[in-house]
Amino acid sequence: MTPYQIWIAFMTIVVREVRRFTRIWPQTLLPPAVTMTLYFVIFGNLIGSRIGPMEGYDYMEFIVPGLIMMSVITSSYANVVSSFFSMKFQRSIEELLVSPTPNWVILTGYLAGGMARGLIVGFVVMLVSLAFTTLEFYSPVLVVTTALLTSLVFSLGGFINAMFATKFDDISIVPTFVLTPLTYLGGVFYSINLLDPFWQGLSMANPILYMVNAFRYGVLGASDVGPVWAIAMLVVFAVVLFTVSLRLLDRGKGIRS
Amino acid sequence: MEYALDIRGLRKTFPGGLEALKGIDMQVEAGDFFALLGPNGAGKSTTLGVLASLVRKTAGQVRVFDADLDTDPARLKTWLGFVPQEFNFNQFEKVGDIVRTQAGYYGMAPARAALNAERYLRELGLWDKRNSPARMLSGGMKRRLLIARALVHEPRVLILDEPTAGVDIELRRSMWGFLERINREGVTIILTTHYLEEAEALCRNIAIIDGGRILQHTSKQALLQQLSMEHFILDIRNDPGTLPQLEGYHCFRNDEGALVVEVEKEDGLNDVFRQLGEQGWEVTSMRNRSNRLEELFMSLVGRSLPASEEEESA
Repeated sequence: MTPYQIWIAFMTIVVREVRRFTRIWPQTLLPPAVTMTLYFVIFGNLIGSRIGPMEGYDYMEFIVPGLIMMSVITSSYANVVSSFFSMKFQRSIEELLVSPTPNWVILTGYLAGGMARGLIVGFVVMLVSLAFTTLEFYSPVLVVTTALLTSLVFSLGGFINAMFATKFDDISIVPTFVLTPLTYLGGVFYSINLLDPFWQGLSMANPILYMVNAFRYGVLGASDVGPVWAIAMLVVFAVVLFTVSLRLLDRGKGIRS
Repeated sequence: MEYALDIRGLRKTFPGGLEALKGIDMQVEAGDFFALLGPNGAGKSTTLGVLASLVRKTAGQVRVFDADLDTDPARLKTWLGFVPQEFNFNQFEKVGDIVRTQAGYYGMAPARAALNAERYLRELGLWDKRNSPARMLSGGMKRRLLIARALVHEPRVLILDEPTAGVDIELRRSMWGFLERINREGVTIILTTHYLEEAEALCRNIAIIDGGRILQHTSKQALLQQLSMEHFILDIRNDPGTLPQLEGYHCFRNDEGALVVEVEKEDGLNDVFRQLGEQGWEVTSMRNRSNRLEELFMSLVGRSLPASEEEESA
Protein backbone atom coordinates (compact mmCIF):
# COMPACT_ATOMS: atom_id res chain seq x y z
CA MET A 1 0.00 0.00 0.00
CA THR A 2 1.16 3.52 -0.69
CA PRO A 3 1.46 6.00 2.21
CA TYR A 4 -1.74 7.67 0.97
CA GLN A 5 -3.61 4.36 0.96
CA ILE A 6 -2.29 3.60 4.45
CA TRP A 7 -3.55 7.00 5.60
CA ILE A 8 -6.99 6.25 4.15
CA ALA A 9 -7.08 2.86 5.87
CA PHE A 10 -6.03 4.45 9.16
CA MET A 11 -8.64 7.19 8.91
CA THR A 12 -11.29 4.63 7.94
CA ILE A 13 -10.68 2.79 11.22
CA VAL A 14 -10.62 6.01 13.24
CA VAL A 15 -13.81 7.38 11.67
CA ARG A 16 -15.51 4.03 12.18
CA GLU A 17 -14.51 4.00 15.85
CA VAL A 18 -15.57 7.60 16.46
CA ARG A 19 -18.85 6.97 14.64
CA ARG A 20 -19.42 3.94 16.86
CA PHE A 21 -18.97 5.66 20.22
CA THR A 22 -20.83 8.81 19.17
CA ARG A 23 -23.74 6.71 17.83
CA ILE A 24 -24.14 5.17 21.29
CA TRP A 25 -23.35 8.36 23.24
CA PRO A 26 -25.84 7.62 26.03
CA GLN A 27 -23.67 4.59 26.84
CA THR A 28 -20.27 6.13 26.18
CA LEU A 29 -20.19 9.90 26.72
CA LEU A 30 -23.06 10.64 29.07
CA PRO A 31 -22.43 8.23 32.00
CA PRO A 32 -18.95 9.59 32.89
CA ALA A 33 -20.34 13.14 32.93
CA VAL A 34 -23.17 12.10 35.26
CA THR A 35 -20.90 10.04 37.53
CA MET A 36 -18.31 12.78 37.81
CA THR A 37 -20.99 15.37 38.55
CA LEU A 38 -22.02 13.21 41.51
CA TYR A 39 -18.38 12.96 42.63
CA PHE A 40 -18.05 16.75 42.47
CA VAL A 41 -21.27 17.28 44.41
CA ILE A 42 -20.72 14.61 47.08
CA PHE A 43 -16.96 14.48 47.56
CA GLY A 44 -16.11 17.99 46.43
CA ASN A 45 -18.93 20.05 47.90
CA LEU A 46 -20.60 18.11 50.69
CA ILE A 47 -17.74 16.08 52.17
CA GLY A 48 -14.89 18.24 50.86
CA SER A 49 -16.08 21.29 52.77
CA ARG A 50 -15.58 19.32 56.01
CA ILE A 51 -12.24 17.81 54.97
CA GLY A 52 -10.63 21.16 54.45
CA PRO A 53 -7.58 21.90 52.29
CA MET A 54 -5.39 19.13 50.85
CA GLU A 55 -1.71 19.92 50.24
CA GLY A 56 -2.59 23.59 50.50
CA TYR A 57 -5.40 23.46 47.95
CA ASP A 58 -9.15 23.54 48.35
CA TYR A 59 -10.33 19.91 48.33
CA MET A 60 -12.45 20.43 45.22
CA GLU A 61 -9.44 21.89 43.40
CA PHE A 62 -7.37 18.93 44.53
CA ILE A 63 -9.68 16.17 43.28
CA VAL A 64 -10.66 17.73 39.92
CA PRO A 65 -7.45 16.73 38.05
CA GLY A 66 -7.68 13.19 39.43
CA LEU A 67 -11.31 12.80 38.44
CA ILE A 68 -10.59 14.05 34.93
CA MET A 69 -7.78 11.49 34.65
CA MET A 70 -10.06 8.79 36.01
CA SER A 71 -12.54 9.51 33.20
CA VAL A 72 -9.80 9.47 30.58
CA ILE A 73 -8.45 6.15 31.88
CA THR A 74 -11.74 4.28 32.06
CA SER A 75 -13.12 5.64 28.77
CA SER A 76 -9.97 4.93 26.72
CA TYR A 77 -9.75 1.43 28.09
CA ALA A 78 -13.45 0.69 27.71
CA ASN A 79 -13.58 1.92 24.12
CA VAL A 80 -10.84 -0.30 22.75
CA VAL A 81 -11.62 -3.39 24.80
CA SER A 82 -15.32 -3.37 23.94
CA SER A 83 -14.96 -2.38 20.30
CA PHE A 84 -12.16 -4.79 19.43
CA PHE A 85 -13.64 -7.69 21.37
CA SER A 86 -17.04 -7.11 19.74
CA MET A 87 -15.36 -7.28 16.34
CA LYS A 88 -13.64 -10.49 17.39
CA PHE A 89 -16.86 -11.93 18.74
CA GLN A 90 -18.89 -11.07 15.63
CA ARG A 91 -15.93 -12.01 13.43
CA SER A 92 -16.19 -8.66 11.69
CA ILE A 93 -12.47 -8.32 12.49
CA GLU A 94 -12.11 -10.51 9.38
CA GLU A 95 -13.05 -7.45 7.33
CA LEU A 96 -9.71 -6.00 8.36
CA LEU A 97 -7.71 -9.23 8.27
CA VAL A 98 -8.56 -9.97 4.64
CA SER A 99 -7.57 -6.43 3.63
CA PRO A 100 -4.00 -5.29 2.97
CA THR A 101 -4.10 -2.89 5.95
CA PRO A 102 -0.87 -3.53 7.90
CA ASN A 103 -1.19 -4.65 11.50
CA TRP A 104 0.47 -1.54 12.87
CA VAL A 105 -2.18 0.56 11.12
CA ILE A 106 -4.97 -1.59 12.58
CA LEU A 107 -3.45 -1.13 16.03
CA THR A 108 -2.89 2.62 15.73
CA GLY A 109 -6.39 3.07 14.31
CA TYR A 110 -7.95 1.43 17.34
CA LEU A 111 -5.67 3.34 19.69
CA ALA A 112 -6.65 6.62 18.05
CA GLY A 113 -10.32 5.69 18.52
CA GLY A 114 -9.76 4.90 22.20
CA MET A 115 -7.77 8.08 22.74
CA ALA A 116 -10.45 10.13 21.01
CA ARG A 117 -13.14 8.84 23.37
CA GLY A 118 -10.91 9.20 26.44
CA LEU A 119 -9.98 12.78 25.58
CA ILE A 120 -13.53 13.81 24.65
CA VAL A 121 -14.85 12.38 27.94
CA GLY A 122 -11.99 14.09 29.83
CA PHE A 123 -12.89 17.37 28.16
CA VAL A 124 -16.58 16.96 29.03
CA VAL A 125 -15.72 16.21 32.67
CA MET A 126 -13.45 19.24 32.73
CA LEU A 127 -16.34 21.39 31.49
CA VAL A 128 -18.58 19.92 34.20
CA SER A 129 -15.94 20.71 36.83
CA LEU A 130 -16.06 24.37 35.86
CA ALA A 131 -19.51 24.50 37.42
CA PHE A 132 -17.90 23.69 40.79
CA THR A 133 -14.47 25.32 40.70
CA THR A 134 -12.13 27.39 38.58
CA LEU A 135 -9.28 25.83 36.65
CA GLU A 136 -6.09 27.76 36.02
CA PHE A 137 -3.69 25.54 34.16
CA TYR A 138 -0.18 25.84 35.54
CA SER A 139 1.29 24.04 32.48
CA PRO A 140 -1.12 23.43 29.57
CA VAL A 141 1.61 21.52 27.70
CA LEU A 142 1.98 19.09 30.59
CA VAL A 143 -1.79 18.73 30.89
CA VAL A 144 -2.15 17.85 27.20
CA THR A 145 0.91 15.57 27.17
CA THR A 146 -0.23 13.66 30.23
CA ALA A 147 -3.77 13.27 28.92
CA LEU A 148 -2.52 12.03 25.54
CA LEU A 149 -0.05 9.55 27.02
CA THR A 150 -2.52 8.28 29.61
CA SER A 151 -5.24 7.70 27.04
CA LEU A 152 -2.66 5.95 24.83
CA VAL A 153 -1.45 3.65 27.61
CA PHE A 154 -4.97 2.64 28.61
CA SER A 155 -6.10 2.20 25.03
CA LEU A 156 -3.19 -0.22 24.69
CA GLY A 157 -4.28 -1.94 27.90
CA GLY A 158 -7.78 -2.33 26.49
CA PHE A 159 -6.41 -3.72 23.26
CA ILE A 160 -4.34 -6.39 25.03
CA ASN A 161 -7.33 -7.32 27.18
CA ALA A 162 -9.46 -7.70 24.04
CA MET A 163 -6.85 -9.87 22.32
CA PHE A 164 -6.83 -12.34 25.22
CA ALA A 165 -10.57 -12.21 25.94
CA THR A 166 -12.62 -15.16 24.78
CA LYS A 167 -15.97 -14.17 26.34
CA PHE A 168 -17.67 -10.98 27.44
CA ASP A 169 -16.89 -11.70 31.12
CA ASP A 170 -13.20 -11.41 30.29
CA ILE A 171 -13.50 -7.79 29.25
CA SER A 172 -15.03 -6.69 32.55
CA ILE A 173 -12.65 -8.53 34.90
CA VAL A 174 -9.66 -6.20 34.44
CA PRO A 175 -11.64 -2.93 34.70
CA THR A 176 -13.49 -4.17 37.79
CA PHE A 177 -10.75 -5.91 39.71
CA VAL A 178 -7.61 -4.11 38.55
CA LEU A 179 -8.34 -0.74 36.99
CA THR A 180 -10.89 0.59 39.47
CA PRO A 181 -8.90 -0.29 42.63
CA LEU A 182 -5.69 1.12 41.16
CA THR A 183 -7.49 4.32 40.17
CA TYR A 184 -9.06 4.81 43.59
CA LEU A 185 -5.71 4.09 45.27
CA GLY A 186 -3.82 6.25 42.77
CA GLY A 187 -4.12 9.50 44.69
CA VAL A 188 -7.29 10.77 43.06
CA PHE A 189 -8.95 11.63 46.37
CA TYR A 190 -5.95 12.05 48.68
CA SER A 191 -2.29 12.92 48.79
CA ILE A 192 -0.03 9.95 49.43
CA ASN A 193 1.77 12.15 51.97
CA LEU A 194 -1.14 11.28 54.28
CA LEU A 195 -0.09 7.62 54.22
CA ASP A 196 2.44 5.74 56.35
CA PRO A 197 5.84 5.28 54.66
CA PHE A 198 5.04 1.62 53.88
CA TRP A 199 1.82 2.48 52.05
CA GLN A 200 3.51 5.42 50.40
CA GLY A 201 6.16 3.08 49.00
CA LEU A 202 3.51 0.63 47.85
CA SER A 203 1.58 3.42 46.18
CA MET A 204 4.67 4.29 44.15
CA ALA A 205 4.25 0.93 42.38
CA ASN A 206 0.85 2.03 41.11
CA PRO A 207 1.25 3.44 37.58
CA ILE A 208 -1.96 5.43 37.85
CA LEU A 209 -0.42 7.47 40.65
CA TYR A 210 2.08 8.93 38.17
CA MET A 211 -0.60 9.83 35.65
CA VAL A 212 -2.85 11.50 38.21
CA ASN A 213 0.06 13.41 39.73
CA ALA A 214 1.51 14.53 36.41
CA PHE A 215 -1.89 15.84 35.40
CA ARG A 216 -2.39 17.48 38.80
CA TYR A 217 1.00 19.14 38.46
CA GLY A 218 -0.03 20.49 35.05
CA VAL A 219 -3.20 21.97 36.56
CA LEU A 220 -2.09 23.08 40.04
CA GLY A 221 1.70 23.23 39.75
CA ALA A 222 2.16 20.85 42.68
CA SER A 223 1.92 17.08 43.18
CA ASP A 224 3.29 14.10 45.10
CA VAL A 225 5.50 12.89 42.23
CA GLY A 226 7.77 14.92 39.94
CA PRO A 227 6.23 15.44 36.47
CA VAL A 228 9.37 14.46 34.54
CA TRP A 229 9.56 11.10 36.27
CA ALA A 230 5.83 10.59 35.70
CA ILE A 231 6.04 11.37 31.98
CA ALA A 232 9.07 9.09 31.60
CA MET A 233 7.12 6.25 33.21
CA LEU A 234 4.18 6.85 30.85
CA VAL A 235 6.47 6.75 27.80
CA VAL A 236 8.02 3.48 28.97
CA PHE A 237 4.59 1.95 29.55
CA ALA A 238 3.41 3.08 26.13
CA VAL A 239 6.43 1.61 24.31
CA VAL A 240 6.25 -1.73 26.12
CA LEU A 241 2.50 -2.13 25.70
CA PHE A 242 2.62 -1.09 22.04
CA THR A 243 5.29 -3.71 21.36
CA VAL A 244 3.26 -6.40 23.13
CA SER A 245 0.06 -5.41 21.31
CA LEU A 246 1.67 -5.48 17.90
CA ARG A 247 3.26 -8.83 18.65
CA LEU A 248 -0.11 -10.29 19.62
CA LEU A 249 -1.68 -8.92 16.46
CA ASP A 250 1.11 -10.31 14.29
CA ARG A 251 0.66 -13.71 15.91
CA GLY A 252 -3.08 -13.45 15.31
CA LYS A 253 -3.85 -14.31 18.93
CA GLY A 254 -7.49 -15.44 18.95
CA ILE A 255 -8.24 -14.00 15.50
CA ARG A 256 -6.40 -16.26 13.01
CA SER A 257 -6.26 -20.05 13.13
CA MET B 1 -1.14 -19.68 -19.48
CA GLU B 2 -1.77 -17.15 -16.72
CA TYR B 3 -2.95 -18.52 -13.41
CA ALA B 4 -5.22 -16.45 -11.22
CA LEU B 5 -4.50 -18.91 -8.44
CA ASP B 6 -1.59 -21.28 -8.12
CA ILE B 7 -1.40 -23.48 -5.03
CA ARG B 8 1.49 -25.92 -4.58
CA GLY B 9 1.94 -28.37 -1.74
CA LEU B 10 -0.42 -26.56 0.61
CA ARG B 11 -0.56 -28.12 4.05
CA LYS B 12 -2.35 -27.08 7.19
CA THR B 13 -2.08 -28.77 10.55
CA PHE B 14 -4.11 -27.18 13.32
CA PRO B 15 -2.86 -27.00 16.91
CA GLY B 16 -3.87 -30.33 18.38
CA GLY B 17 -2.68 -32.21 15.35
CA LEU B 18 -5.67 -32.14 12.98
CA GLU B 19 -4.19 -32.29 9.50
CA ALA B 20 -6.78 -30.40 7.45
CA LEU B 21 -4.79 -30.05 4.24
CA LYS B 22 -2.32 -32.74 3.18
CA GLY B 23 -0.43 -31.17 0.33
CA ILE B 24 -2.85 -29.54 -2.06
CA ASP B 25 -1.93 -28.61 -5.62
CA MET B 26 -4.51 -26.55 -7.46
CA GLN B 27 -4.37 -24.11 -10.33
CA VAL B 28 -7.14 -21.82 -11.54
CA GLU B 29 -6.78 -20.05 -14.86
CA ALA B 30 -7.38 -16.33 -15.13
CA GLY B 31 -11.01 -15.68 -16.03
CA ASP B 32 -12.15 -19.13 -14.94
CA PHE B 33 -15.34 -19.99 -13.09
CA PHE B 34 -14.06 -22.67 -10.76
CA ALA B 35 -15.73 -24.88 -8.14
CA LEU B 36 -14.08 -26.55 -5.18
CA LEU B 37 -16.36 -29.35 -4.07
CA GLY B 38 -16.19 -31.63 -1.09
CA PRO B 39 -18.12 -32.91 1.91
CA ASN B 40 -18.01 -31.26 5.33
CA GLY B 41 -14.55 -31.45 6.84
CA ALA B 42 -12.91 -32.05 3.46
CA GLY B 43 -10.73 -28.94 3.68
CA LYS B 44 -12.64 -26.51 1.44
CA SER B 45 -13.07 -23.74 3.97
CA THR B 46 -9.55 -24.22 5.29
CA THR B 47 -8.20 -23.79 1.76
CA LEU B 48 -10.23 -20.64 1.23
CA GLY B 49 -9.24 -19.45 4.71
CA VAL B 50 -5.58 -19.69 3.77
CA LEU B 51 -6.24 -17.72 0.59
CA ALA B 52 -8.08 -15.04 2.55
CA SER B 53 -5.27 -14.85 5.16
CA LEU B 54 -7.61 -15.97 7.93
CA VAL B 55 -5.87 -19.31 8.35
CA ARG B 56 -2.09 -19.59 8.48
CA LYS B 57 -0.68 -22.34 6.32
CA THR B 58 1.77 -24.86 7.69
CA ALA B 59 3.62 -25.35 4.40
CA GLY B 60 3.30 -24.80 0.67
CA GLN B 61 3.11 -21.94 -1.76
CA VAL B 62 0.12 -19.77 -2.68
CA ARG B 63 0.19 -17.26 -5.51
CA VAL B 64 -2.59 -15.04 -6.82
CA PHE B 65 -1.49 -13.82 -10.25
CA ASP B 66 2.09 -12.72 -9.59
CA ALA B 67 1.67 -12.01 -5.87
CA ASP B 68 3.02 -14.58 -3.42
CA LEU B 69 1.33 -15.03 -0.03
CA ASP B 70 4.69 -15.21 1.77
CA THR B 71 6.56 -12.40 0.07
CA ASP B 72 3.85 -10.00 -1.06
CA PRO B 73 0.73 -10.61 1.05
CA ALA B 74 -0.60 -7.06 0.72
CA ARG B 75 -0.77 -7.23 -3.08
CA LEU B 76 -2.25 -10.72 -2.95
CA LYS B 77 -4.99 -9.42 -0.65
CA THR B 78 -5.65 -6.55 -3.04
CA TRP B 79 -6.33 -8.99 -5.88
CA LEU B 80 -8.78 -11.02 -3.79
CA GLY B 81 -12.37 -10.49 -2.73
CA PHE B 82 -13.64 -12.94 -0.12
CA VAL B 83 -17.25 -13.90 0.57
CA PRO B 84 -17.34 -15.99 3.75
CA GLN B 85 -19.89 -18.63 4.57
CA GLU B 86 -21.12 -16.83 7.68
CA PHE B 87 -22.30 -13.26 8.12
CA ASN B 88 -19.25 -11.55 9.57
CA PHE B 89 -20.22 -7.90 9.46
CA ASN B 90 -21.26 -5.68 12.33
CA GLN B 91 -25.01 -6.20 12.50
CA PHE B 92 -25.52 -2.70 13.94
CA GLU B 93 -23.75 -0.84 11.14
CA LYS B 94 -25.59 0.56 8.17
CA VAL B 95 -25.40 -1.36 4.92
CA GLY B 96 -23.81 1.54 3.02
CA ASP B 97 -21.25 2.15 5.77
CA ILE B 98 -20.20 -1.52 5.79
CA VAL B 99 -19.42 -1.49 2.07
CA ARG B 100 -17.71 1.94 2.02
CA THR B 101 -15.66 1.09 5.10
CA GLN B 102 -14.39 -2.08 3.46
CA ALA B 103 -13.18 -0.03 0.48
CA GLY B 104 -11.35 2.23 2.93
CA TYR B 105 -9.48 -0.76 4.38
CA TYR B 106 -8.08 -1.30 0.89
CA GLY B 107 -6.93 2.32 0.73
CA MET B 108 -9.59 3.39 -1.74
CA ALA B 109 -10.29 7.13 -1.74
CA PRO B 110 -13.70 8.01 -0.23
CA ALA B 111 -15.19 9.40 -3.47
CA ARG B 112 -14.35 6.28 -5.44
CA ALA B 113 -15.41 4.06 -2.55
CA ALA B 114 -18.82 5.77 -2.52
CA LEU B 115 -19.20 5.27 -6.29
CA ASN B 116 -18.26 1.60 -6.13
CA ALA B 117 -20.47 1.01 -3.12
CA GLU B 118 -23.43 2.54 -4.96
CA ARG B 119 -22.72 0.47 -8.08
CA TYR B 120 -22.63 -2.88 -6.30
CA LEU B 121 -25.44 -2.11 -3.88
CA ARG B 122 -27.61 -1.17 -6.85
CA GLU B 123 -26.59 -4.23 -8.86
CA LEU B 124 -27.34 -6.50 -5.95
CA GLY B 125 -30.66 -4.84 -5.15
CA LEU B 126 -29.56 -3.32 -1.83
CA TRP B 127 -29.40 0.38 -2.66
CA ASP B 128 -32.76 1.07 -1.03
CA LYS B 129 -31.42 -0.54 2.15
CA ARG B 130 -28.19 1.48 2.29
CA ASN B 131 -29.26 3.38 5.41
CA SER B 132 -30.67 0.33 7.21
CA PRO B 133 -28.70 -1.47 9.90
CA ALA B 134 -27.45 -4.81 8.58
CA ARG B 135 -29.45 -6.71 11.20
CA MET B 136 -32.67 -5.54 9.53
CA LEU B 137 -31.86 -7.37 6.28
CA SER B 138 -33.29 -10.74 5.31
CA GLY B 139 -30.95 -13.72 5.00
CA GLY B 140 -30.77 -13.40 1.22
CA MET B 141 -30.01 -9.68 1.45
CA LYS B 142 -27.23 -10.37 3.94
CA ARG B 143 -25.68 -12.82 1.49
CA ARG B 144 -25.80 -10.17 -1.23
CA LEU B 145 -24.27 -7.65 1.15
CA LEU B 146 -21.32 -10.01 1.64
CA ILE B 147 -20.85 -10.08 -2.14
CA ALA B 148 -21.10 -6.28 -2.51
CA ARG B 149 -18.56 -5.86 0.28
CA ALA B 150 -16.16 -8.32 -1.36
CA LEU B 151 -16.37 -6.57 -4.73
CA VAL B 152 -16.16 -2.95 -3.67
CA HIS B 153 -12.36 -2.77 -4.00
CA GLU B 154 -12.53 -4.25 -7.53
CA PRO B 155 -10.72 -7.56 -6.97
CA ARG B 156 -9.48 -9.69 -9.87
CA VAL B 157 -10.43 -12.91 -8.09
CA LEU B 158 -13.66 -13.43 -6.16
CA ILE B 159 -13.73 -16.30 -3.69
CA LEU B 160 -17.12 -17.44 -2.39
CA ASP B 161 -17.60 -19.97 0.38
CA GLU B 162 -21.09 -21.45 -0.02
CA PRO B 163 -22.54 -18.23 -1.49
CA THR B 164 -26.08 -19.51 -1.96
CA ALA B 165 -26.45 -21.62 1.17
CA GLY B 166 -29.94 -21.17 2.57
CA VAL B 167 -31.03 -18.91 -0.27
CA ASP B 168 -34.33 -19.55 -2.04
CA ILE B 169 -34.32 -20.75 -5.64
CA GLU B 170 -35.37 -17.45 -7.20
CA LEU B 171 -32.66 -15.50 -5.42
CA ARG B 172 -30.12 -18.23 -6.12
CA ARG B 173 -30.82 -17.93 -9.84
CA SER B 174 -30.45 -14.16 -9.75
CA MET B 175 -27.15 -14.50 -7.86
CA TRP B 176 -25.97 -16.98 -10.51
CA GLY B 177 -26.80 -14.42 -13.18
CA PHE B 178 -24.86 -11.74 -11.34
CA LEU B 179 -21.82 -13.98 -10.83
CA GLU B 180 -21.86 -15.03 -14.50
CA ARG B 181 -21.93 -11.38 -15.52
CA ILE B 182 -18.98 -10.29 -13.41
CA ASN B 183 -17.13 -13.39 -14.61
CA ARG B 184 -17.73 -12.25 -18.20
CA GLU B 185 -16.34 -8.86 -17.18
CA GLY B 186 -13.08 -10.61 -16.32
CA VAL B 187 -13.30 -11.49 -12.63
CA THR B 188 -12.06 -15.00 -11.89
CA ILE B 189 -14.52 -16.78 -9.64
CA ILE B 190 -13.75 -19.60 -7.24
CA LEU B 191 -16.58 -21.02 -5.20
CA THR B 192 -17.40 -23.85 -2.89
CA THR B 193 -20.93 -25.12 -2.86
CA HIS B 194 -23.06 -27.91 -1.52
CA TYR B 195 -25.33 -27.55 -4.54
CA LEU B 196 -23.73 -29.67 -7.25
CA GLU B 197 -26.38 -28.38 -9.60
CA GLU B 198 -24.86 -24.94 -9.01
CA ALA B 199 -21.37 -26.12 -9.90
CA GLU B 200 -22.67 -27.91 -12.96
CA ALA B 201 -24.60 -24.86 -14.15
CA LEU B 202 -21.91 -22.25 -13.55
CA CYS B 203 -18.41 -23.68 -13.48
CA ARG B 204 -16.02 -24.58 -16.26
CA ASN B 205 -13.47 -26.32 -14.06
CA ILE B 206 -13.87 -28.30 -10.89
CA ALA B 207 -11.73 -29.73 -8.13
CA ILE B 208 -13.06 -32.32 -5.71
CA ILE B 209 -11.42 -32.39 -2.31
CA ASP B 210 -11.80 -34.92 0.48
CA GLY B 211 -9.75 -35.67 3.56
CA GLY B 212 -7.45 -32.75 2.81
CA ARG B 213 -6.49 -34.09 -0.61
CA ILE B 214 -7.58 -33.17 -4.12
CA LEU B 215 -9.23 -36.22 -5.67
CA GLN B 216 -10.06 -34.71 -9.05
CA HIS B 217 -8.98 -31.50 -10.70
CA THR B 218 -10.19 -31.11 -14.25
CA SER B 219 -12.77 -29.51 -16.50
CA LYS B 220 -16.45 -30.06 -15.85
CA GLN B 221 -16.82 -31.68 -19.27
CA ALA B 222 -14.01 -34.13 -18.58
CA LEU B 223 -15.59 -34.99 -15.25
CA LEU B 224 -18.99 -35.56 -16.75
CA GLN B 225 -17.52 -37.76 -19.45
CA GLN B 226 -16.45 -40.12 -16.70
CA LEU B 227 -20.07 -40.91 -16.09
CA SER B 228 -21.05 -44.17 -17.69
CA MET B 229 -24.76 -43.66 -17.16
CA GLU B 230 -27.10 -40.93 -18.32
CA HIS B 231 -30.38 -40.10 -16.63
CA PHE B 232 -33.33 -38.89 -18.67
CA ILE B 233 -36.46 -37.39 -17.20
CA LEU B 234 -39.53 -38.27 -19.26
CA ASP B 235 -42.83 -36.44 -19.23
CA ILE B 236 -45.66 -38.87 -19.90
CA ARG B 237 -49.12 -38.01 -21.23
CA ASN B 238 -51.75 -39.11 -18.71
CA ASP B 239 -48.96 -40.36 -16.46
CA PRO B 240 -50.34 -43.26 -14.35
CA GLY B 241 -47.64 -42.69 -11.71
CA THR B 242 -46.47 -46.30 -11.86
CA LEU B 243 -43.24 -47.66 -13.34
CA PRO B 244 -43.12 -49.22 -16.83
CA GLN B 245 -41.47 -52.62 -17.31
CA LEU B 246 -38.37 -51.71 -19.32
CA GLU B 247 -36.19 -54.70 -20.07
CA GLY B 248 -32.49 -53.85 -19.71
CA TYR B 249 -33.08 -50.43 -18.14
CA HIS B 250 -33.45 -49.18 -14.62
CA CYS B 251 -36.22 -46.65 -14.09
CA PHE B 252 -37.56 -44.87 -11.02
CA ARG B 253 -39.54 -41.85 -9.90
CA ASN B 254 -37.60 -38.76 -8.74
CA ASP B 255 -38.56 -36.47 -5.85
CA GLU B 256 -41.05 -34.62 -8.04
CA GLY B 257 -42.62 -37.89 -9.11
CA ALA B 258 -41.33 -37.67 -12.68
CA LEU B 259 -40.24 -40.81 -14.48
CA VAL B 260 -36.45 -41.18 -14.75
CA VAL B 261 -34.78 -43.75 -16.99
CA GLU B 262 -31.13 -44.70 -16.57
CA VAL B 263 -29.39 -45.44 -19.88
CA GLU B 264 -25.85 -46.61 -20.67
CA LYS B 265 -24.01 -43.72 -22.29
CA GLU B 266 -23.22 -45.71 -25.45
CA ASP B 267 -26.78 -46.96 -25.86
CA GLY B 268 -29.35 -45.11 -27.91
CA LEU B 269 -32.84 -44.25 -26.73
CA ASN B 270 -34.76 -45.94 -29.56
CA ASP B 271 -35.18 -49.16 -27.60
CA VAL B 272 -36.51 -47.27 -24.57
CA PHE B 273 -39.11 -45.47 -26.67
CA ARG B 274 -40.04 -48.72 -28.46
CA GLN B 275 -40.69 -50.53 -25.18
CA LEU B 276 -42.61 -47.59 -23.75
CA GLY B 277 -44.73 -47.36 -26.91
CA GLU B 278 -45.52 -51.06 -26.82
CA GLN B 279 -46.77 -50.67 -23.23
CA GLY B 280 -48.92 -47.68 -24.14
CA TRP B 281 -46.77 -44.97 -22.55
CA GLU B 282 -46.68 -41.76 -24.62
CA VAL B 283 -43.64 -39.55 -24.03
CA THR B 284 -44.47 -35.85 -24.54
CA SER B 285 -41.03 -34.40 -23.67
CA MET B 286 -37.66 -35.40 -22.33
CA ARG B 287 -34.66 -33.73 -20.62
CA ASN B 288 -31.33 -34.64 -19.04
CA ARG B 289 -31.15 -34.81 -15.29
CA SER B 290 -29.16 -31.69 -14.38
CA ASN B 291 -27.25 -32.68 -11.24
CA ARG B 292 -25.14 -35.34 -12.89
CA LEU B 293 -22.17 -34.24 -10.80
CA GLU B 294 -23.89 -35.69 -7.78
CA GLU B 295 -23.37 -39.19 -9.13
CA LEU B 296 -19.76 -38.57 -9.93
CA PHE B 297 -19.19 -37.00 -6.55
CA MET B 298 -20.68 -40.02 -4.82
CA SER B 299 -18.50 -42.37 -6.80
CA LEU B 300 -15.39 -40.38 -5.85
CA VAL B 301 -15.93 -39.68 -2.16
CA GLY B 302 -18.31 -42.50 -1.40
CA ARG B 303 -21.05 -40.26 -0.03
CA SER B 304 -23.25 -37.41 -1.18
CA LEU B 305 -22.98 -33.79 -0.14
CA PRO B 306 -25.08 -32.89 2.86
CA ALA B 307 -27.95 -30.53 2.27
CA SER B 308 -27.21 -28.53 5.40
CA GLU B 309 -25.11 -25.39 5.41
CA GLU B 310 -23.10 -26.24 8.49
CA GLU B 311 -19.52 -25.11 8.45
CA GLU B 312 -16.97 -27.82 8.11
CA SER B 313 -15.20 -28.69 11.33
CA ALA B 314 -11.74 -28.05 9.95
